[in-house]
Formats: sequence, structure tokens, C-alpha cells
Amino acid sequence: MTGDAQTPALPLHLRAAILLRLLAIQGVWNYETMLGNGIAFAMEPALRRLPGGRQGEAYRTAMARHSGYFNAHPYLAAVAVGALIRAELDGVPAAQIDRFRTAAPGPLGSVGDRLIWAGWLPLCSSLALLAYGLGAGPLAVVLLFLLTYNFVHLGLRIWGLHAGWTQGLRVAQALANPLLRQGPAHVARATALVAGVALPVAAHALIGPGRVLLGSVLAAVAAGATLVTLLHGRFEGWRLATLALATFVLYTMVR
Amino acid sequence: MGGDILFYVPLAVLGAVLGLDVVSFPQAMISRPIVASTLAGGLIGQPVRGLTMGVLLEFFALESLPFGASRYPEWGSAAVVGGSLFAAIPDGSAGAMSVAAFAALVTASIGSSSMVFLRRWNAIWARGQQRRIARGSGSAVVALQLAGLSADLIRGGVLTLVALVVFSPLNRAIVGTFSMSPVISRAVVVAVASAVGLAAIWKVVRTTAGARWWLAAGVGAGFIIAGTL
Repeated sequence: MTGDAQTPALPLHLRAAILLRLLAIQGVWNYETMLGNGIAFAMEPALRRLPGGRQGEAYRTAMARHSGYFNAHPYLAAVAVGALIRAELDGVPAAQIDRFRTAAPGPLGSVGDRLIWAGWLPLCSSLALLAYGLGAGPLAVVLLFLLTYNFVHLGLRIWGLHAGWTQGLRVAQALANPLLRQGPAHVARATALVAGVALPVAAHALIGPGRVLLGSVLAAVAAGATLVTLLHGRFEGWRLATLALATFVLYTMVR
Repeated sequence: MGGDILFYVPLAVLGAVLGLDVVSFPQAMISRPIVASTLAGGLIGQPVRGLTMGVLLEFFALESLPFGASRYPEWGSAAVVGGSLFAAIPDGSAGAMSVAAFAALVTASIGSSSMVFLRRWNAIWARGQQRRIARGSGSAVVALQLAGLSADLIRGGVLTLVALVVFSPLNRAIVGTFSMSPVISRAVVVAVASAVGLAAIWKVVRTTAGARWWLAAGVGAGFIIAGTL
């Protein structure tokens, strides 16, 4: 088992190369191997350090093993990549590595989905909408969104690779970090509050001279949101909106 | 917006890069409508109008979160189409926002199908390389990854170009015949987008204990703030 007190250093240039490849980990995402090829692609610069280099048996065996099926949240896949690199370079038995590859996807997927896709992304989006509603210009809104979002995005990838590398196959402990366990609930509450403020403020700014119609707009929003919520699971809101806009455009043309 | 296809090429390149960001590289969310549409508007000298369309489309995008294998709209290319169409029409024109939003939503839907097609195609490529990969060929793994990235880049570019070629003349034609006041037409599209955005936030936060009260408090505060602006 890897993850002892004496963690070997992962050279900075190698770390940078792996991080760059992690950004493209979903480059050939497909329904059969999912992230599989991307995991091998991200690990490849480090696996060249195995005995015999790129022509060695160890390199070839590792590349073949890691290009098989794997699924995880793309940002937290960095945790698995770090742990698997450490395991391969430490010569951990193949059976142990395979067990890790089977066990890791579930937690790495669910934590990432709740923390990022259902939490941090809508929170940053709502912050940017609020900034627009309060009168911020294009540059300020775009920078606010990108800097806020990517602070956590890039931070998570860098932390994940580091945690995986230092703790090896025992990296599951890192996922017990309070930030990852309790963070999604706190982020969801913050998203609820900020989005609640942002939606009316941004809509108010978007309507512009049409603010005289605010009462009608509010009634339509309440009715529309209720309809979309009731139809959840059967119709997506954006598809209903496409139909509604098509009908509206046709109506204005033929009336 | 000009009718010359060369005029659309810079926008298609932008659509390609932003379409790539959705899944393949680097997922930094430059493909979110609030960014992508603003960039498209900026590219044709109207960043504020690009931002306006970006905010509208962001309401829709709140609903579609890129969970793993799920099927979701491709907003990168779509927001370039919507932002540039809206930015190309003079401020105050009736129907400009409705038509641009409709074009963006249709492009996002086609983009979603094109991503599914690409994912299936990626699997075919992967099967074609399976023998080399099973032998542990690093070059096969890298080549496969680069092929997928290149295909996604081309997918986004072609999608944006075709959507602009189709929707630009339609945009001008429809806006020219729009028979409703600009005030009402804008209010309708904002109401539709806000309804989708509010439902999306409810869907995201409803399972978290106490979050519905935070949402209610936020909406209340939002109305008070909006009333003072």
C-alpha cells in the first residue's frame, strides 16, 4: 500500500504536464470507456518513469490497464490520477490497483457532481447574474464569473493530484475532508440565497423599458416556473421555452 | 450582420473554441452563455448587447448541468450564435431578443445531438485502436485523445457556422416583420427565461435542508433591491 510518511517528490514540470493533460481528460469521452482513455493520457508522462521507460514492459502494462473503463467527475479524476501514478511507480500489485479502479468512481463522481455541477457552478452563475442586475459592465461580469469559478475548479484539480500522489491508494481518506462532505450542502444554501436575489434583479435589468409590465411578467414567471417544476422529469424547461418562443414568433408574424 | 460567409468565420472559430470547452478542454466554463455570448458580442463590437443576450441564455443554462453521461444542451456554440445575432440588430428593435434566443435554443439542441453523435464516434475510434491500446501503446492513447479533441473542435465550428448561415437572414427577415411592440416582446422572452431559471434553481436546491427558505428570502430581497434600482 502506498501513502507512507516518506512521499517522494513529483517534479514540478511533471506535475504541470499532468495538470495540463487533466484539463483534456474528457477529450475522447464515450459511452463505452467513458474517461478511461483520458486517465491513461493524463498518467502517461509519469508512467515514462517506470523501469525501461516507454519501451518497458511495466509502462506498457500500466498504459493498457489504465485505458480501460473509468468514470468520475472530471475535476476529481485528478485524485484518482495522482493515486494511480503513485501506485504504479511504487510497484503496488495489479490486483490492488484494479480494486481501487473499481471502487473510486462512485465517490469521485457523486462528490464532484454535488459540489461542482449542482453547487459551485450555479452559485458562480448567480453571482454573475446579480452583478449584471446591479449594473456591472461586460468585462466585470465575465471576469467575476470566470475568476470565481476557476479559483475552485483549478484549485480542486491541483489539490486532487496532490492528495492522490501523497496518499496513494489510501486517498479515500481525502474524500472525508469536511469541505467535501459538508461543502455541497453549504454551497446549495448559498446558491439558493444568491440565485433568489439575482433572478429578480437581473430580470428587472433585462426587461428595461418594459418594467411597466412587471406585474404581468411576475405572474407569468410564477406560472411558468410552477409548470416547469410540475413537468420535471417529462419535459425540460429549455425545450418548453423553445416551443413557447417559436409559437410567440410565429404569432407575431401572422397576426 | 453581413451576408458574406467569410464574415462568420471569426465567430465560427470562437464557437469552435467555446464548444470544445463544454466537455473536452478545459471545462473552464468559458462556454457558459454569460461569457460566450458576451465574447461574441464583443467580437462584432457590441459587448453590452452580447452580455444582455448572455444573461438571458444563462437563465436557461441554469437548468442544464453537465452531469456525466446525461444529455444536455451545448451552450458554447449556441451562445455565440445567440449573442452575435442579437448584437447585430440595432437596440430597440422589436423581436430581436426573441428571435436570437430562439435561434440559440435551437442551436443548443442540435449541439446536444452532435455531442451524442461525437461520443458514439469516439467509441468507434477507440474500438479501432483497441488492439494497440491493449498492447500498451502510449502513442495510440495520445493519438486517440487528440483525435477526439480535434473532432470536437471541428464539431463546434461547423455547428456555429451553419447556424449563423441559416439564422442570420432569418433573423433580419423576421425582425423586419415583427408586429409587436419592443417592450412587450422583450417582456415575454424575459418572463419565459426567468420561469425556466427559477424552476432550475428550485430543482437544484430543493433536496438540501433549509435551502428553500434561503431561496424564498433571496427572492424577497431581490424584489426589494430591484424596486430600488
